[in-house]
Amino acid sequence: MAADLAIEAEGLRKSYKDVEALCGIDLSAPAGTVLGLLGPNGAGKTTAVRILTTLLPPDGGSARVAGLDVVSEATELRSQIGLAGQYAAVDEHMTGAENLEMVGQLYHLPKGEPKQRAAELLERFDLAAAADRLVKTYSGGMRRRLDLAAALVARPPVLFLDEPTTGLDPRSRISLWETIEGRVADGTTVLLTTQYLDEADRLADRISVIDHGQVIAEGSSDELKDQVGGERLDITLESKDEAPAAIAALEPIAAEPPAMSDGLLRMPVRERKGAIAEAVRRLNDAGVGIDDIAMSRPTLDDVFLTLTGHAAEEADGEQSGEER
Amino acid sequence: MSTTVADTLVLARRAVMRIVRAPDLLLAFTVQPIMFVLLFVYVLGGAIETPGFDYVDFLIPGILVQTLSFGGFATALGLAEDLKKGLVDRFRSLPMSRSAVLTGRTLADVATNSLSIVVMLIVGVIAGFTFDAPITNILLGIVLLLCFGYAFSWFFAFIGLASSSPEAAQSLGFILLFPLSFISSAFVPIDSMPAVLQTFAEVNPFTIVVDAMRALFLGTPAGNNVWGAFAWSIGIAVVFAFLSIARYKRAVVR
Repeated sequence: MAADLAIEAEGLRKSYKDVEALCGIDLSAPAGTVLGLLGPNGAGKTTAVRILTTLLPPDGGSARVAGLDVVSEATELRSQIGLAGQYAAVDEHMTGAENLEMVGQLYHLPKGEPKQRAAELLERFDLAAAADRLVKTYSGGMRRRLDLAAALVARPPVLFLDEPTTGLDPRSRISLWETIEGRVADGTTVLLTTQYLDEADRLADRISVIDHGQVIAEGSSDELKDQVGGERLDITLESKDEAPAAIAALEPIAAEPPAMSDGLLRMPVRERKGAIAEAVRRLNDAGVGIDDIAMSRPTLDDVFLTLTGHAAEEADGEQSGEER
Repeated sequence: MSTTVADTLVLARRAVMRIVRAPDLLLAFTVQPIMFVLLFVYVLGGAIETPGFDYVDFLIPGILVQTLSFGGFATALGLAEDLKKGLVDRFRSLPMSRSAVLTGRTLADVATNSLSIVVMLIVGVIAGFTFDAPITNILLGIVLLLCFGYAFSWFFAFIGLASSSPEAAQSLGFILLFPLSFISSAFVPIDSMPAVLQTFAEVNPFTIVVDAMRALFLGTPAGNNVWGAFAWSIGIAVVFAFLSIARYKRAVVR
């Protein structure tokens, strides 16, 4: 194996009864980077995390985390990883401090350290004031922070975060992102699953897009966006009735014919430079009123739509249960 | 091995704390057994014939065995809850002993079971129960009760891991244990039962353990019951510990 890969998986397969959750996926993350697994519910993200954290044996393929095989060296591996799951896995009947101390004891940290780490982490995660309160009195955001803190107790070099911000309010989300960025700056390798494109966009160095148990695209956020095409102009017209006139006026400067979608007139541009001025001039000449105009790069949403034919955050009802 | 012991103690402490902090669970180990003793002695006892015994003397060994066998339900409940909440995933991803989650909870049951024994013996004595045996036998009887209770903690551990929710775990455990504990010599002499039930009651481990308890507390002839009772306890513990640990290693969140 390459010495600097903290996570590497080859041809991982897993089936539950007759459902194939993973059909041979390859993953890799160099040490100190964030690998994002992006996909809808039921894509196989959680199954991949389960295998990499030794909770589930793969049916086929192999994986190494921190240089250790997830099957044959599972015991040694467990001291090198931290896991924060979709469900805030903390004990409601204990206080925040007791939860973290217990996890520290179960990581077999030297005597006295679990208590000290618990205090440090509660402080860092803005939970010091609630340290001695039972977790059942915590809000959803507080539980999630405590769960993440529990994953960090032993300062593991590799961190697995399974949809860490699902169900969090925007403020808690951003503060969790900042914490994760802080860990990565300290050299931690992170595997993050998410169904939120902005999250992968912000945190991940490399993104593997997963759908139906397969990696359907892999690359940096920019590389993925390049796969769907270049920049475009999004124009909001004062009146939608003027769309045909606007399309006719813009056609000569568009890379592809402009089209209306979701009330926006979208026009792929040939060249960014001067495109806005030219478009405004042409629409003015045609007597079309502009409410708003902006240059935009494709989002990961566009990437997902192009790659899979369905949106990333679309509820995939028939499949949502199968990751369990 | 030493980490298994250390991890077990960490998790046993957690389970005990849970019970101390949730008064509703504590009631199950104190008020409920008192209620059953009083109910049987004063409500039902008058109608039950137990030749050679006062009913309270006949009852206390039996009801102790029954109560102790149910003491492990906290383990079933706790494990089912840990599975549901994803805590089992966390524990299984930690470099801790593979069996400590189970050995910790079953050990905590020994503490709550001890509390139940003390409470029931006090109420029993107040209601008129008298020991008629040397102190060594009485102490051996208490050890037997704790062993039998511990064995059923493992039964409940398996139930907790095998059922789909804490509620299901509780009702499944009760459905399986109620007939077993009642179709025995615990509450009535078995020769008062219809022939089919008598045959079942005679081979039922509950009867063997209850008869051993009567021998140890009341000085009745024991036969091989005391050895049989310990053998059954160890057998049940070993079988269900094996099944539960195997199941735990494959457990995933629901």
